[in-house]
Amino acid sequence: MAELRNMSVTDSRTRSATRRVTAAPDTVISAENLTLGYGSFVAVRDVSLDIPDRKVTAIIGPSGCGKSTLLRAMNRMNDVVPSANVQGRLLYRGLDIYSPRCDSVELRLKIGMVFQRPNPFPKSIYKNVAWAPKINGYRGDMGELVERSLQHAALWDEVKDKLHQCAYALSGGQQQRLCIARAIALQPDVLLMDEPCSALDPIATARIEDLIDELENRYTVVLVTHNMQQAARVSDLTAFMYMGELVEFDATETMFTKPGRQRTQDYITGRFG
Amino acid sequence: MNAEPLDFQPGLARRRRAGRLFTLALTAAGLAGIGFLIVLLARVLWEGAPSLSRDFLANFPSVLNPPKAGVKSALWGTVWLMTMTVLVSVPIGVATAVYLEEHAPNNRLTRFIHLNIANLAGVPSIVYGILGLAVFVRWMHFDRSVAAGALTLSLLIMPVIIIASREALLAVPQSFRHAALALGATKWQTIRAHVLPAALPGIITGVILAVSRAIGEAAPLLMIGALTYVAFVPEGPFDAFTALPIQIFDWCDRPQPQFHHLAAAGILVLLSILLPMNAVAVALRAWHTRRKAWQNSGI
Ligand SMILES: Nc1ncnc2c1ncn2[C@@H]1O[C@H](COP(=O)(O)OP(=O)(O)O)[C@@H](O)[C@H]1O
Ligand SMILES: [Mg+2]
Repeated sequence: MAELRNMSVTDSRTRSATRRVTAAPDTVISAENLTLGYGSFVAVRDVSLDIPDRKVTAIIGPSGCGKSTLLRAMNRMNDVVPSANVQGRLLYRGLDIYSPRCDSVELRLKIGMVFQRPNPFPKSIYKNVAWAPKINGYRGDMGELVERSLQHAALWDEVKDKLHQCAYALSGGQQQRLCIARAIALQPDVLLMDEPCSALDPIATARIEDLIDELENRYTVVLVTHNMQQAARVSDLTAFMYMGELVEFDATETMFTKPGRQRTQDYITGRFG
Repeated sequence: MNAEPLDFQPGLARRRRAGRLFTLALTAAGLAGIGFLIVLLARVLWEGAPSLSRDFLANFPSVLNPPKAGVKSALWGTVWLMTMTVLVSVPIGVATAVYLEEHAPNNRLTRFIHLNIANLAGVPSIVYGILGLAVFVRWMHFDRSVAAGALTLSLLIMPVIIIASREALLAVPQSFRHAALALGATKWQTIRAHVLPAALPGIITGVILAVSRAIGEAAPLLMIGALTYVAFVPEGPFDAFTALPIQIFDWCDRPQPQFHHLAAAGILVLLSILLPMNAVAVALRAWHTRRKAWQNSGI
């Protein structure tokens, strides 16, 4: 019962958020002078940015500039690297992500993640989606939740007849959409995507990009990509990082038409990177 | 950039000859190994097969009447011993491997422990016998019981189980762990639901190979004073016992040729337990390699 009420609360929030498009978007994740490192190496230096609700925010920049490090800080996935360290503050809806009050397991229920390479579990398609809701005590109709998640991930029609086959029988693009379905089955607030298309062919990439467009109304998406066209196509805001620093962060249109910094201009026009 | 032609002397004939010679040497080495095994097996079969019968399995050993002697007590002793050894060594060994691989910080102490476990796997079994005698038999007063033998053998195979389990855990792709953690799983849920199942065939293979080592060990059991002549089947963990390798050793030690035939028959019984165990281990490994889709899919 509690779960049902919870879900309907989430639903109504989703609706009101979509209705409120013209209002100033509120901040979901906010970095304040955030510095991230591995041991003594500084990977992200003094970054401050606000990620708005129900928008797609792209993080672009050359390889090794700290995009993944910044993204993985947002759901504390950097915790798996023993040498990782944090200075400054990172807030999720006002909660300091790195304070002892924040439980990383609880946080990851709200902030889901899709990885660079599709990483389904070596289990059936159904179990891939159902596992996380199950361990998190979902009491509703599991079959329905699995179907809805796969539909939202634009995968249902392709897999509805083989739900109990191993996920590895799917193509790379389908596997990645399965990973998206698996993440949204928990009804997260935010979806972090780390170069979700870099292991995929152009057609699969286009499908995922369409999907990101659709997800935008329900979730706040933070998308890391090294593909500038992709950032231009799917994102509302774009952050450009270079050598661990945030060079510029603005509406995607502004970034790609009249960027404020010379370096952004150079990168976007392909003069380096 | 158009320099004069380079001077090559391929010497193909010589290289081909070396290749053929090497192939020949390798084939000979392989055949020699198999040949020895066949000769050994044939000899044991020749000597032991006539003594092998239902009675041989159902009778207790007899010093006075070799034709009526059997391996009942030794066979049951081995069954008791191995069951208890597995019950003790597998949970502790696998848990240790999980701790070392999934939880322990990567510091000097952990590396020191790794190194020592690898070393322990190479310690001669008689040394474990001495340890078992001091700790389990004398200090803990288990006497020459199944419990003392099983604990000694558990110590003997624990390093092997830990190493095999660690390798199996190491082979589980990091991406499974990340996927589970990112879905709001705790560390234990991640290990329980994804890491252990993926590592399980490797762990089981390691356990089988370790147990098949323990099953043939006589030295540590003799060291803790296991009896060579036992005319009863153990009924509890604290009963005295004998085991197949000890019974075989005892029969070999006697001057009369009848006992040597009994020893050969005992070896056949031991082999008929060992070979299927190893076959299962090999099959499991093959099946697992085929099933590990994540290795072939390039994910
Ligand atoms: N686990 C790690 N340990 C040490 N250094 C790392 C680790 N992960 C990334 N780095 C370093 O941090 C920097 C930023 O990496 P990353 O965030 O992955 O960049 P990007 O995703 O933009 O390509 C790189 O120089 C990389 O070498
Ligand atoms: Mg990256």
